[in-house]
Amino acid sequence: MRAPQTGGLFRRWYGESPWQCALLVASFVLTGYAGVRLLDGDTLGVLVWFVGAALLHDLVLLPLYSLADRLPRLAGPYVNYLRVPAVLSALLLLVWFPLISGPPARYEGATGLPGGGGFALRWLLISAALFALSGLLLFTSRARLRRASARARHRSRSGGREVV
Amino acid sequence: MGRDAAARVVAAYRRGMGETRTLPSDPRFWRSPLRGPWLTAVLGTVLLGGVTLLFVTGLLSYAAYNPGLSPVNDKTPGRGLLGFFLFPWPTDPHWLYRLTQGLHVTVGVALVPVLLAKLWSVIPKLFALPPARSAGHALERISLLLLVGGALFEFVTGLLNVQLEYVFPGSFYPLHFYGAWVFAAALVVHVALRFPRAVRALRGGLPRGPAPEPDLGTGLVAPRPAPATLSRRGALGLVGGGSLLLFGVTAGQSIGGPLRHTALLAPHGGGNPGGGPGSFQINKTAASVGVTARGTGADWRLLVTGANGREARLSREQLLRLPQHEAALPIACVEGWSTSDQLWRGVRLRDLAALAGYGGAPDVLVESLQRHGSFRSAALRDNQVRDPRALLALRVNGDELTLDHGYPARIIVPAAPGVLNTKWVAALRFGGVP
Repeated sequence: MRAPQTGGLFRRWYGESPWQCALLVASFVLTGYAGVRLLDGDTLGVLVWFVGAALLHDLVLLPLYSLADRLPRLAGPYVNYLRVPAVLSALLLLVWFPLISGPPARYEGATGLPGGGGFALRWLLISAALFALSGLLLFTSRARLRRASARARHRSRSGGREVV
Repeated sequence: MGRDAAARVVAAYRRGMGETRTLPSDPRFWRSPLRGPWLTAVLGTVLLGGVTLLFVTGLLSYAAYNPGLSPVNDKTPGRGLLGFFLFPWPTDPHWLYRLTQGLHVTVGVALVPVLLAKLWSVIPKLFALPPARSAGHALERISLLLLVGGALFEFVTGLLNVQLEYVFPGSFYPLHFYGAWVFAAALVVHVALRFPRAVRALRGGLPRGPAPEPDLGTGLVAPRPAPATLSRRGALGLVGGGSLLLFGVTAGQSIGGPLRHTALLAPHGGGNPGGGPGSFQINKTAASVGVTARGTGADWRLLVTGANGREARLSREQLLRLPQHEAALPIACVEGWSTSDQLWRGVRLRDLAALAGYGGAPDVLVESLQRHGSFRSAALRDNQVRDPRALLALRVNGDELTLDHGYPARIIVPAAPGVLNTKWVAALRFGGVP
């Protein structure tokens, strides 16, 4: 947010507009008010979780999935036939990881539903279906391409005239 | 040694993030041709709409517990001004909590890919040097840490809680509630400061072709982009597809009916427990909270206390001889899942209040036989007690209650969160709310 360059002394000293400053101060007051209550109890634990979530995401998770993205890229022009199902499958795993890797021991008692490896199996089946669907799309699009190029060859053999 | 390790970490990060031999603080390190103000603005706008819905439905869920009514309902007694909006939770429409909390959890789950994509789209800014150009810029970056930390904290605690994985440092309610306020405080600043830029970027419309979009002074566009392997439209489609897929494997646990089978990865999806008329979703089986057939057998008596020390002990047979009423009401949990309407049959709470000597029904404290777990005692407000559909239910769907659904008697109140529908009721203390 850039205010007109007539801010003078404040702007030179602070580097942003007074309105940005007022907004941030108001926000920090609310942050402080809620933050004191958030940290009441296991202060260190909450701090670690709060800041750790941001650091873990930016410095570990994001590079990790960028690195993992090199795998589908090996498929060259077909990269997205691997990338899309892989991303979708990884998303499901990330969001429902406690259930897929567990579920936690209290799950059966809390829900009356069978725990076991049911979620892991369903995740595997969904993932397999996603990859299979992607493979099917690749197959049909390649078949269509082959047919189109065969037609083109046929046309060029018949002297460029359209054969109706 | 320390320097060696640091160099290795930087090298690994570099390998992970791009192909160049520059540092992440160098704009040339970032190669994706997709990053740019338009993509960030689209994702930001969707996210803004989504988290606003999450914030509002979250505050509504907080109000639904009636925390101001009694300490037994209150997991955040130190809320102070942050409870300014509290109001007596209504009983109409009877599916109100089912809707608001189903939206809260399902939309929250479906927003995960949007959040991740939004963070990915602005990651170069995290490493931009110098870390602060001025005092004002430094303050804004602190606010951004609170924004990102807050968003991830809220999503992670929420997702863990609905999966019953209580590994977070403390009780879920205060963490998720106060964390939401910290996040909201930072979000308001972020939206106010970035709104003009987002509008400018969106006005330009979908950038055509594989070339990077105009930077508009944001520093998001890669100066040395790698060849595109995915179009901008394709990237948004992937994010939207991810949201749709997550919605698909989750929403059925809130919609219920045959669609519950489509909620393949949701904690209360797949199918219903057991069989027969009592085959609908359970929150805490009897065994898990120490309720046994012994405590709920023929010796069970309901203690009803009321005005002027009035007290009555009622057996189940005596309760069944009182006027019986029916109400079709759902169970809706803070974890986002719910059941469709079940047909409950039992005694109206207001009739029991009259038995306890109250003409106009007062608040009531409900106590359970439950040995452990939270909300063993819960308070209901007078408007909930007065509602003709609010029952001490003895039967459901034409059969006896099952032990897991609260036999010998349970509370069922329209639009109330699941935990306030106390199971295995031992005592009703009208006018006895602490």
